[in-house]
Amino acid sequence: MKLNQTLIPASIIVAFILQIMPMPASIDVYRPDWLLLLLCYWTMALPNRVGVGATAICGVVLDVLYGTSLGVHSFAMVIPVYLVAANYQRFRNYSVVQQAIMIFILSMLYHMLVYWLQYWLTGVQFRFEFLWPVITSVFLWPWLFWFLRRYRRLFRVT
Amino acid sequence: MNEVFARGPSLFVRLAIILVLSLGAMIVDTKVANFATARTYLNSMVSPLQYIANLPGAMLSWSADRFSSRQTLLKNNEKLTNQVTLMSEQLQRFRILEQENKNLRKLLDAPVRDSMHKMITELMAVDTSPYSHQIVINKGALDGVFLSQSVLDDSGIVGQISEVGTTNSRVLLISDVTHAIPVRIERNNVRFIAVGDGSLDSLQLQHVPHSADIEEGDILVSSGLGEVFPEGYPVGTITKIIRNESRPFAEVTATPFAKLDRIKYLLLLWPQETAPAGAIAPNTILTDAIPPEDLEEKQ
Repeated sequence: MKLNQTLIPASIIVAFILQIMPMPASIDVYRPDWLLLLLCYWTMALPNRVGVGATAICGVVLDVLYGTSLGVHSFAMVIPVYLVAANYQRFRNYSVVQQAIMIFILSMLYHMLVYWLQYWLTGVQFRFEFLWPVITSVFLWPWLFWFLRRYRRLFRVT
Repeated sequence: MNEVFARGPSLFVRLAIILVLSLGAMIVDTKVANFATARTYLNSMVSPLQYIANLPGAMLSWSADRFSSRQTLLKNNEKLTNQVTLMSEQLQRFRILEQENKNLRKLLDAPVRDSMHKMITELMAVDTSPYSHQIVINKGALDGVFLSQSVLDDSGIVGQISEVGTTNSRVLLISDVTHAIPVRIERNNVRFIAVGDGSLDSLQLQHVPHSADIEEGDILVSSGLGEVFPEGYPVGTITKIIRNESRPFAEVTATPFAKLDRIKYLLLLWPQETAPAGAIAPNTILTDAIPPEDLEEKQ
């Protein structure tokens, strides 16, 4: 029972580390949205454990780690996760390819929201490089989905 | 326990509350100046995560240090010895020039410029968000780091400290869109402001008249106005000038000297009065500045 409670936070911490790990600048632009994908998976699989509240807290921590204004990432992540939480039963019945397409839309929404908020706060210029993570996230999703399902069933996370 | 009926407020209400709170946090964080202290605490709270994320890279570079072959070590040693010899020759001339400059300034009754105390620091993490260019370094308030302190690498100005934590701090790079640095052209002392444009290898000069005496290849150094950066450190070189008369100003692009995409070691600068005990004083002979135990290990 005790172990069961810590498994989801542990996976979230790993996602944070993958999200902020220093990388060479040439690879860095392709870094997938580890945290968003993980939160989407848990929201879909266990909507009673992970939802908009957990996402908001993770978003604030990500803001502190990234040095962006507090609330930017929580705002931008909560909306895609809300869409997953509202449609989790439909999402579960999709094939992996359909899910990947949904991830494309959700991840695009997330990046556009971050861009809009940053534009509003600091006036950054849009570059198409900002959208590379959307593509890598789509290709990561089938593997991550398979891995997390193994993880969830192996440790019987409920 | 699985619940068939959700408890508490509905999903949409929760979403709305979080969105409003996030917007409130954004406004407070950007508009309220005193919020910076709260961020210092938050940064210290999440810094373990940064240390863990830094571990794989640190281990890689550690093992690269341990297992590099004798051949490469010898080659590096030779290269560095040559470099030190050449540099110390330049330094000898520079010392004499500096002394001469001081004497001349005294004759003119101009204030003598103080050299800066420095400390070497290492990169800990890179801000991966593409919208802002920030890095985290491994020195903090305990080492005497202060807000808006200048940070350099071996070839030019890198940025300034934007947030101080207890053991690490955040550097805003000169290429960030919110960063601007007062510069002058080394050749003719014309002053400009160089603003980051969100790309790591270019800066924009703002409000440059079409008639300004500015050429491609001109070297920009910090002008010391604004009292954040000390005067006379190299910033970048002018790479592109577009003089389109239908626009109010010329469009001037510069490339920073600092290699902002491959930062590893950085220098922190302190003015004479506020330097902490650990900083290297400007008049130390640099070969003596290396602690003796390091030398013994290398022999």
